[in-house]
Amino acid sequence: MNHAIIDLKDITYAFPNRENALNGLTFHLHHDDKLGLFGPNGAGKTTMLHILMGLIKPQKGKVELFGKTMADGKAFDEARLRIGFLFQHSDDQLFCPTVLDDVTFGPLNQGLARDDALNRATQALEIVGLAGFEDRVPYRLSGGEKKLVALATVLAMKPEILVLDEPTTGLAPEAKDRLIEILKGLDMARLVVSHDPDFLAATTDRLLVMRDGCIRPGELKPHTHTHIHEEGDIPHQH
Amino acid sequence: MASLADPITAGDSFISRIDPRIRLVCAAAITLPVAVLNIIDPAWIALATGIAFVFLARITLSNLLKRLCIINLFILFLWLFIPFSQPGEFSFSIGPFNATHEGISLALLISIKSNAIVLILMSLMGTIAIQDLGPAMQQLKIPNKLCHILLFTYRYIFVIHQEYTTMCRAMQARGFKPKTNTHTYRSYAWLVGMLLIKSWDRAERVHGAMRCRGFQGRFYTLAEFNTGLKDYIFLAASLLLALGLIFTELAHRGLI
Ligand SMILES: Nc1ncnc2c1ncn2[C@@H]1O[C@H](COP(=O)(O)OP(=O)(O)OP(=O)(O)O)[C@@H](O)[C@H]1O
Ligand SMILES: [Mg+2]
Repeated sequence: MNHAIIDLKDITYAFPNRENALNGLTFHLHHDDKLGLFGPNGAGKTTMLHILMGLIKPQKGKVELFGKTMADGKAFDEARLRIGFLFQHSDDQLFCPTVLDDVTFGPLNQGLARDDALNRATQALEIVGLAGFEDRVPYRLSGGEKKLVALATVLAMKPEILVLDEPTTGLAPEAKDRLIEILKGLDMARLVVSHDPDFLAATTDRLLVMRDGCIRPGELKPHTHTHIHEEGDIPHQH
Repeated sequence: MASLADPITAGDSFISRIDPRIRLVCAAAITLPVAVLNIIDPAWIALATGIAFVFLARITLSNLLKRLCIINLFILFLWLFIPFSQPGEFSFSIGPFNATHEGISLALLISIKSNAIVLILMSLMGTIAIQDLGPAMQQLKIPNKLCHILLFTYRYIFVIHQEYTTMCRAMQARGFKPKTNTHTYRSYAWLVGMLLIKSWDRAERVHGAMRCRGFQGRFYTLAEFNTGLKDYIFLAASLLLALGLIFTELAHRGLI
């Protein structure tokens, strides 16, 4: 069996003066896993993703990324360059004066030369269908456009894993279909949080449920129902 | 606030084509001596320089007036006090208050110096694109902490303003109209409190986003800075001017 590239062990986290948002959560992602995660609002999905990116520190438990224990900020700094994390709210993700600056920010931090970074940015913007948006101001884009730019900033870093927190909120059906195509075209490990069963069915091959700060794999029973989407013929689970 | 985000110039200009690093150095080299000037003649020269720079930078009239109004509003207050509070030769009086020649000269000196500095900074620094300002400062070996403070201050003015607009809209959408009653005051108190908390949270999350994309304290830029002959001539001229100002000031104080 291959090593897990994301390995959360027995994580407990509580926001100040609140009861536990995560309760002894354990989670693994292997290097060819395409996992979907869903669960009620407030279940702790976003919190878990922030912990695995090292943005908040759990009170208890262990985070291992790429086989290394994340003991301090330094370890996370390295690991983060290999994980593409899309924030639930794009406003939190975009901060540069222009779209181009935002999309090249990651590649430049990875140490790429200016021209390579520019190429990456152009490619990434093309992939998300926003070619020509280079000089726009990120905070003056529409909600859906912001989401796509945020995705471009992630793709431009050519990560090894994608961690997407509700990538489809605010996207029109065409943009959502485009995102499905993009993700199907990328053969990368991924963890997708979404409330959209069709989207999860199309972009992931295993589903997990989070409830009350825990992931319980046994809880999910595959079941059939009728629905309309392009992948209707392909066997899949809900 | 929009005026902060929008360019203050009418497009490409002589000054906007000068290397941002040179512009930063020139701005510092000229404004520091101007700030400590004690005599009026070189102050006029500084003001003339400022006016020339404004033309060279093609600053739009509306932006120019807006900024000058703000600074001169403060100066107006100085004129209410300084002429009457300096000891010296009697000039004129308003009621029981006697103005002196020395007081008037001092107020005039401060007015000229302030306007000169604003004009020079506006044309030299205000024309640097914000995405170039950080890298330019870093390449001039200005301490990282200072660069970050400047850039993030700029960045968070927008964040706070954005949060403010969003919250005002949310209040309006539910029928809020400011009146002189406790409901209004309490709502505004909440607005200010929430504004601080939300901006703080937002700042934390954006910092997280920056770290997710590998930010480790260093800014990289897409702009390539090129220093050519024109830039060096501009630098030399600015340094000469600065030296001239320093020289006249020292001569005036009898130090040389
Ligand atoms: N900054 C915070 N301070 C205090 N409590 C918080 C904070 N952020 C989240 N919470 C609480 O922690 C719990 C988990 O929140 P989280 O954002 O992880 O949920 P989620 O599963 O992502 O929900 P959603 O599907 O709505 O995005 C919720 O009960 C929420 O109210
Ligand atoms: Mg969430």
